[in-house]
Amino acid sequence: MANNDSIQRTLLVAVTLCIVCALFVSSAAVMLKPAQVINKALDRKANILAAAGLLVPGESIEEQFKQVTTKIVDLNTGKFSDEIALKGFEQAKVAKDSATSIALGEEDMAKIRRRENYAMVYLIEKNGQYDKVILPVRGYGLWSTLYGFVALESDFNTVAGLGFYEHGETPGLGGEVDNPKWKAMWPGKEIYDDGDVAIELVKGNVDSSTPNAENKVDALSGATLTSRGVSNLLRFWMGELGYKSFLSNLRSGEA
Amino acid sequence: MSTMKEALTSPILQNNPIALQILGICSALAVTSSLKVTLVMCISVILVTGCSSFAVSLIRNQIPSSIRIIVQMVIIASLVIVVDQLLKAYAFAISKQLSVFVGLIITNCIVMGRAEGFAMKNPPLASFVDGIGNGLGYSVVLISIAVVRELFGSGKLFGFEVLPLITDGGWYVPNGLLLLPPSAFFLIGIFIWVLRSVKTDQVEKEEFKITKNTRSVKEAF
Repeated sequence: MANNDSIQRTLLVAVTLCIVCALFVSSAAVMLKPAQVINKALDRKANILAAAGLLVPGESIEEQFKQVTTKIVDLNTGKFSDEIALKGFEQAKVAKDSATSIALGEEDMAKIRRRENYAMVYLIEKNGQYDKVILPVRGYGLWSTLYGFVALESDFNTVAGLGFYEHGETPGLGGEVDNPKWKAMWPGKEIYDDGDVAIELVKGNVDSSTPNAENKVDALSGATLTSRGVSNLLRFWMGELGYKSFLSNLRSGEA
Repeated sequence: MSTMKEALTSPILQNNPIALQILGICSALAVTSSLKVTLVMCISVILVTGCSSFAVSLIRNQIPSSIRIIVQMVIIASLVIVVDQLLKAYAFAISKQLSVFVGLIITNCIVMGRAEGFAMKNPPLASFVDGIGNGLGYSVVLISIAVVRELFGSGKLFGFEVLPLITDGGWYVPNGLLLLPPSAFFLIGIFIWVLRSVKTDQVEKEEFKITKNTRSVKEAF
């Protein structure tokens, strides 16, 4: 037992243990990866449906997702684009590649550093017309980048819903962006006022007596920076560099 | 064989890690607001304590004492990561709700405590049974707290409505405090109180007693 404590012995045990554990953990991670990827994709679809207020719990998400049309939008022209294949499109990759994205300077209020030129949007058609459009958004909160979806009604101005599917904000404070009660305040709010992005989170209750109540949402209590992040990311993505031209094209039927 | 059985059952009430040793309180507060999540957490902890005790015990004669805590941590951490990966693959919705708390099993004192206190000195099989037993003891407390919290906090059990809420047209006004972590403190306190009233041998001896005054106040001044 005494030689257990010699330096060689200690190093040997440490190194062997690390190798064995590393093999164990990495093989588990590799083997479970496919199942996790499927789960993540399903979760994303569920979130798209939930943002539009269309998710029916208990029914197959794949089945429900059939009502959604996925298209690629060129954010510079604001029109649908078929320059990039829909299949295998990964927004995160497009945003990293300098050929398909632009670096942001001062206008980067959502703190995302680069903005992709192409975005994947989701449309729900009814009677040959677009009934809802669901747009991916992201931006920095307090600790993390919030990834989510904003769904707009057929006037492309009224919010149908909003939800974040990935973030690392403080549970109980900033993490309350997931709170169904808070999310329920969003439908019916309007993004634009006279063509400018007007939606914002404000301190205190918003009721009918508040001026411009249709553009204001009660911020999360105890989470000023997360709330500011949500305001900023909406201002960015609904603005000139975001979906503004796409939405106005949709309105005039030129997308 | 009787020692095996004892190792398995004694941590449930006799020597409960939460109630008697007051270990692993953190996660008991955090994950007990819904029964379903609690059950998944309990199964994870049982698996981790069992397997980590087994693995530590297996190599207990090889571990240099200077790095034994780190060795135990590496084994526990590996197991926890694997459990986390498994949950992400097969129970994605629940793993999202448990979020960081699966990862925090690593710092659960029960797991460490059993590895250091039992597995380092006992053969693998006994250690495994001891780990499972302590995991069960942890689960008993967690599940009883979760039942109270979910039933009276949101009127449901396993997500099914038991007490119809007043907001949905029923008669039950939910107690919002029970959904917040501090309520678990009160419940654990009550659990320990009840347990120690029944099993009075668990009441700790007072560390010292104040002796009676030997002089009157007047004399003292």
